[in-house]
Amino acid sequence: MRDFCELYWRLDSTTKTTEKVLALEAYFHQAAPKDSIWAVYFLTGSRIKRLVKTGLLRQWATEEAGLSQWLFEECYDRVGDLAETISLVLPPKQSSLAEGEPSLQSLIENQLMPLREMEEEGLRQSVVKLWQQFDQRERFVLGKLMMGGFRVGVSKRLVIRALAKHTGIDAATITHRLMGHWEPTAEFYEELVDPDENETAISKPYPFFLANPLKDEPASLGEVSDWVAEWKWDGIRAQVIRREGQTFIWSRGEDLVTDQFPEVESAASELPDGTVLDGEILGWDETEGRPLAFNQLQRRLGRKKLGKKLLTEVPVVLLAFDLIEHAGEDIRELPLADRQTRLHEVLEGLPSAAIQEPPKVLTESNRDWNSLATVRESSKAMRAEGLMLKRADSKYQVGRPVGDWWKWKVDPYTIDAVLIYAQRGHGRRANLYSDYTFAVWKEEGLVPFAKAYSGLTDAEMRKVDKFVRKNTNEKFGPVRSVTPELVFELAFENIQRSTRHKSGVAVRFPRISRWRHDKKPADADRLETIVAMLEED
Amino acid sequence: MAPSNDLLTMTPKGLFCEQGNFYVDPWRAVDHAVITHAHADHARWGSKKYLAADTSAEVLRIRMGEKADLRFQPLGQSQTINGVRVTFYPAGHILGSAQVKIEKAGYSIVVSGDYKRNSDPTCQPFEPVRCNTFITESTFGLPIYRWPDPQTVFDGINQWWKSNQGSGKTSILLAYSLGKAQRLLSGIDASIGPIYTHGAVEKLNAGYREAGVALPETTFVGEVDPKEIDWSQSLVVAPPSAVGGPWAKKFGKLSVAMASGWMQIRGTRRRRSMDAGFILSDHVDWADLMQTIHETEAENIWVTHGYSDVVVRYLREQGFNAKVVETEFTGEQLEGDTEPAS
Repeated sequence: MRDFCELYWRLDSTTKTTEKVLALEAYFHQAAPKDSIWAVYFLTGSRIKRLVKTGLLRQWATEEAGLSQWLFEECYDRVGDLAETISLVLPPKQSSLAEGEPSLQSLIENQLMPLREMEEEGLRQSVVKLWQQFDQRERFVLGKLMMGGFRVGVSKRLVIRALAKHTGIDAATITHRLMGHWEPTAEFYEELVDPDENETAISKPYPFFLANPLKDEPASLGEVSDWVAEWKWDGIRAQVIRREGQTFIWSRGEDLVTDQFPEVESAASELPDGTVLDGEILGWDETEGRPLAFNQLQRRLGRKKLGKKLLTEVPVVLLAFDLIEHAGEDIRELPLADRQTRLHEVLEGLPSAAIQEPPKVLTESNRDWNSLATVRESSKAMRAEGLMLKRADSKYQVGRPVGDWWKWKVDPYTIDAVLIYAQRGHGRRANLYSDYTFAVWKEEGLVPFAKAYSGLTDAEMRKVDKFVRKNTNEKFGPVRSVTPELVFELAFENIQRSTRHKSGVAVRFPRISRWRHDKKPADADRLETIVAMLEED
Repeated sequence: MAPSNDLLTMTPKGLFCEQGNFYVDPWRAVDHAVITHAHADHARWGSKKYLAADTSAEVLRIRMGEKADLRFQPLGQSQTINGVRVTFYPAGHILGSAQVKIEKAGYSIVVSGDYKRNSDPTCQPFEPVRCNTFITESTFGLPIYRWPDPQTVFDGINQWWKSNQGSGKTSILLAYSLGKAQRLLSGIDASIGPIYTHGAVEKLNAGYREAGVALPETTFVGEVDPKEIDWSQSLVVAPPSAVGGPWAKKFGKLSVAMASGWMQIRGTRRRRSMDAGFILSDHVDWADLMQTIHETEAENIWVTHGYSDVVVRYLREQGFNAKVVETEFTGEQLEGDTEPAS
């Protein structure tokens, strides 16, 4: 545990990728496989689910520290991170209670995992005992092990890079081995770092190939004939695996979502063994031949049970745009054009429409970039976000390499809105007012319209922070209402009617695109303007 | 209690003792100013006459200039000003920092200025003073602030310096040039390597040495030819405003650390992109704040700069007669230094 804590704080103290990789490598070098694999597990974003309810940890820490609840809340508001707040307010470590230093694996398996089986009284005693034997920084890491959310500036890619450097195995192989579900055991770690290991579990997905946003003019990509244009769908990117008579549907977040899409699962049962499709799952409007609005698909997500009504109202399809395993063979090295020819053959005989090839982007438009740009303008009518441009001879690569796959989205919607509420951020932004609520005009008043967190530079954020502190009118817990004075341009991807929002509309992915120093609150947009965008759609 | 309302009141210029006709740490120019300590938010220019503890003579002179009319009074000795008794007691914040006790007709108020209870060999330790009304800062008035033992912190700083020497980086330690810088200098292991200082720090080092505080040998960066120094072995002590500008360019590869109470919070360390953050404060942490309030046995607690709302609410829950007093003091600021970058 101490080594892992040291690793954590070493990662935390630098923003340089090379130093982070070095720290990870050093850890993997000296740690036992049984500990290394838990480090990989946590640093790649997995967590132990349902260990102890966060609310209980919060309550017990407040009581152990002898604080009133409001005072704990003040502390949390200042720190911005629950695990850290708990680690700071608890009484200092009682070293007499420490029973030697547990390894990371032993701490997790022998002290944390059993918490799941405990009744509340015993649970509390065990947690308090854990807290007592660690110092503040160790408690912080312990809290992260229990609650998740490491946020230490380490991505899965970085961990993979360190593992690749440590073992000499190439990063794509490590990435593949870490896909899907695996158990954090010493055995799995040995397989992960084994230069000869070859066998893959039948459920294991391939790492997804992701596209980069196209920032330059498409003409910069060269000859249009070298490229395949596809619609860019706004659904759930998914990999459908058919092996040994079984079907597995993986989301891009590597969640197994097979049960959520029975239509696709059933259609996949007709696929030959040894087939892996890459595509997008969408709510489907058969009569229009285009997707349903995204909020329709949202109704289907995260449900334990899918009612008949919902299945009828929101049928889903997989629009399969790539084939990455064919007849049991990994064909990622083949050019896209060849993979798509094989994809066409595989799907041709499929009886169900729940897996189909996506509607084509008109082929005659592929003659030159200008006509393609015109087609792209019709994306919203197609309920697409724009176009994908894929090099016809591109291999199916790992991650987000630059050059072969581009997303060429249509311009987002933008409006000017007024800052009316601010709240402190979390983590790095914990003592800055960095989370904002914006309003637009409705009749004579301002109505809250969207929340946005990102888009400002650190320097701008500090300026807004200063403004918020000087212009606070009211405090509601952590939220401050401010004098409506600052105007920002917000960009968002999509807009829908909503009964849950005061403004009557909900927007997708709102973010601040720039600070309009040149505008006064009176110049901000009116709600009518936004509603008009809705009708355009 | 009527006398407390009379003896000291809050005015637009600061805390005013009408009966004694003097202000304590006024933020506007006045005729008579009693000063707790030499930090810029407490000792401001422009008043006609100043009175302070004699232990602050050297640093206050450096801060206020030759022309200021400064008078000094020994710690623990009283003087009566227009019928009001004024006594200074050590506050342990920086060299010469003092609490001001104001008494009349059996009623007493202590203005503590900024203070701490942790050990600091560069100044006299805080003495709790019994009073009816205690005026306290609350810079770190939240239970999340709990200072580690200073020696552990210095061990960490020494370790950081040595490790930078090993990897060929210049160690830049950022700290307030008055107080924190000298506390750091007196606490670190000077045998590790040569120590250089920013001009703002060196100026006050002179005041500390003049006052008899033992500091290790330091060299003003401006006195040497930067090309002739192996900076990677050195420690450079500078105010926070010094980095980021051209001043730090000459040192080559850097490791920048900051010593401050704010470094207790991870988000603050990360946002300032420090290579290391050391938790060392010249203010009280939560536990010491509460202990001090109890030790003064005061029935009224006035809380100023910092988390005054929180501290007042907590004290009221504990049965104290507490209130927030709005001042223009800033305590130890989070966003950069208020000192000029000279």
